[in-house]
Amino acid sequence: MDDFQGRRTDENAGERTADERLAELFAFLRRRVTGEYEVDEFGFDPDLNENVLLEALRPLYRHWFRVEALGLGNVPADTGALIVANHSGTLPVDALMLQVAVHDELNRPLRLLGAHLVYQLPVLGHLARKSGHTLACPEDADRLLRKGEVVGVFPEGFKGIGKPFSERYRLQRFGRGGFVASAIRAGVPIVPCAIVGAEEIYPKIGDIPALARLLGLPYLPITPLFPWLGPLGLLPLPSKWLIEFGEPIRTDEYAPEEADDPMLVFDLTDHVRETVQRRLDALRLRRGPAFSPIVM
Amino acid sequence: MNTHTPGEASMTRTVLVTGVSGHIGARVALALAADPEIDRVIGVDTAPPPSPAGEDGAVLGRTEFVRVALRSPDLVKVIRDADVDTVVHLSLVSGPGGSGRAGGSGGGRPAMKEHNVIGTMQLLAACQRSATVRRVVVRSTTAVYGSSPHAPAVFTEDTEPVEGSHSGFARDATELETYVRGFARRRPDVTTTTLRFATLMGPSVESPLTSYFSQPVLPTVLGFDPRLQFVHEDDAVEVLCRTARADHPGVFNVAGDGVLLLSQCARRTGRPVIPMPSPAFRFVSGLARGARLVDFSPEQLALMSHGRAVDTTRLAAELGWRPKYSTAAAFDDFLRSRGGPGDLPRALVDWLADVVRPIS
Repeated sequence: MDDFQGRRTDENAGERTADERLAELFAFLRRRVTGEYEVDEFGFDPDLNENVLLEALRPLYRHWFRVEALGLGNVPADTGALIVANHSGTLPVDALMLQVAVHDELNRPLRLLGAHLVYQLPVLGHLARKSGHTLACPEDADRLLRKGEVVGVFPEGFKGIGKPFSERYRLQRFGRGGFVASAIRAGVPIVPCAIVGAEEIYPKIGDIPALARLLGLPYLPITPLFPWLGPLGLLPLPSKWLIEFGEPIRTDEYAPEEADDPMLVFDLTDHVRETVQRRLDALRLRRGPAFSPIVM
Repeated sequence: MNTHTPGEASMTRTVLVTGVSGHIGARVALALAADPEIDRVIGVDTAPPPSPAGEDGAVLGRTEFVRVALRSPDLVKVIRDADVDTVVHLSLVSGPGGSGRAGGSGGGRPAMKEHNVIGTMQLLAACQRSATVRRVVVRSTTAVYGSSPHAPAVFTEDTEPVEGSHSGFARDATELETYVRGFARRRPDVTTTTLRFATLMGPSVESPLTSYFSQPVLPTVLGFDPRLQFVHEDDAVEVLCRTARADHPGVFNVAGDGVLLLSQCARRTGRPVIPMPSPAFRFVSGLARGARLVDFSPEQLALMSHGRAVDTTRLAAELGWRPKYSTAAAFDDFLRSRGGPGDLPRALVDWLADVVRPIS
């Protein structure tokens, strides 16, 4: 109900007079050209994120994938939390959509922990920092959680996002459970998150491993449209998306030192993984076909 | 000469400041000399302080200047004869040319290493022998953490400095810290403070980065927008004086609050930016180095791509004090001293706003 109202005010905001919007635009431009805006120690630039980066993603979120966010009450309103989601889709569009969901529906910035590859690349690494994300390492994760931020992580990594279409919605191995240890150290809840829809945007039906190795990439996908249609093949298929935040798994009953107990970390990691897989299966049934008139 | 009253025997009496001809060294010596609780301040450096027309009293106050190289045996004598009890070691130089410092009299990289590393070794050896030295404060740099896309975004003092991945200045500082740790282990009765300073910024700072920001156009590395952190010169002097006056053992990061992105700094200067691919940037900075415009070292080139930020909570907790200038305030203060930011971009937006408004 609250979220619904949140959206309404958002739409009302869209009906501001042209004059007001113009004034806002110039205020934004003036801030940008004079450098009078704040960036946090991770390089997060909320001004740019809200007004430019997210704005570019919103049409994709609302109209292309028609994302529905569920279980919004499961994410704490103003304290730290670790969102653990499944990863899929060949390109990390799911990360971007999750970011829009958390920002627009929950009104909180999402701080994702990304692969080394992202931060090695020019442009991409610094855009990722400006939209609030950072490198997946224990130091950064601990720091963000201690500050009470909502941190997001995809423990499957490349194994998840780069898996073939035939293995869709089957969770891969969950790394080494470093994310669980971080949550225990910070005493924040783990919010299991299931994302349905991303698997169908670039169905990966093949791979060119030799060329991928040459380019230093984890894989080079072949999809029904790529590389056959060239840049047009980069257009994601308009699948229907659901993002569900599951019931939080508490970690505050453990002492911070227990983060060093590998058995506990393994068990919790498995528990989180099973929860995500279960929610994923249920959510997939609930959504039905990915492309409405066609049954997949 | 020493007028100790018995109860105050353990209090700071005689302070030795190395690198006193440098800007920060001179200011620290001056501030300590103005402190009535300190009897003597002895400044040493390889070159005399840049005194305006011979009145060196104006530069260093009542500091006694001794011209001596750190690696000469005379230094041992100075420490012994003067009953030095506090050593403030500031003579770390960042470039072979000395970049604005009177101390680094050319001589290239070997001379710089000799000065930074061997000099520190000799100084610490002298301190180890001394029966009077109670406190050692050493200036280091946050460059010891390196700049890399694979490192955590924010470095704490416990982050292991990456070995081998950097050269020049950063390696000197890393080695220097190794010797300081060794010294602290061998003389646990001496309070040892290592201060890792972020890039200094302020009206009178002469560094590769301040000369970079004074250029009419600012080349940047295409696709990279590093996080930079500055510490204002006033705050740097204050931290050094506080740690010279009282015991604050340990390693501390020193930086102004917050970060600025390079793009943000450039916008604040109001100067145009020319993004260029990394090899071209290296080439241009090589040219600038040859033309003696901007003297970027290899680790500064890495900084211009990957940036660096450090955590300063340990310092704040230890001193019960925070730097007065945030990173942004330090940079703005520097800009004001160089004639303020260019106003063209702001004026352009205002003009555009005025033009567009009547139309809509």
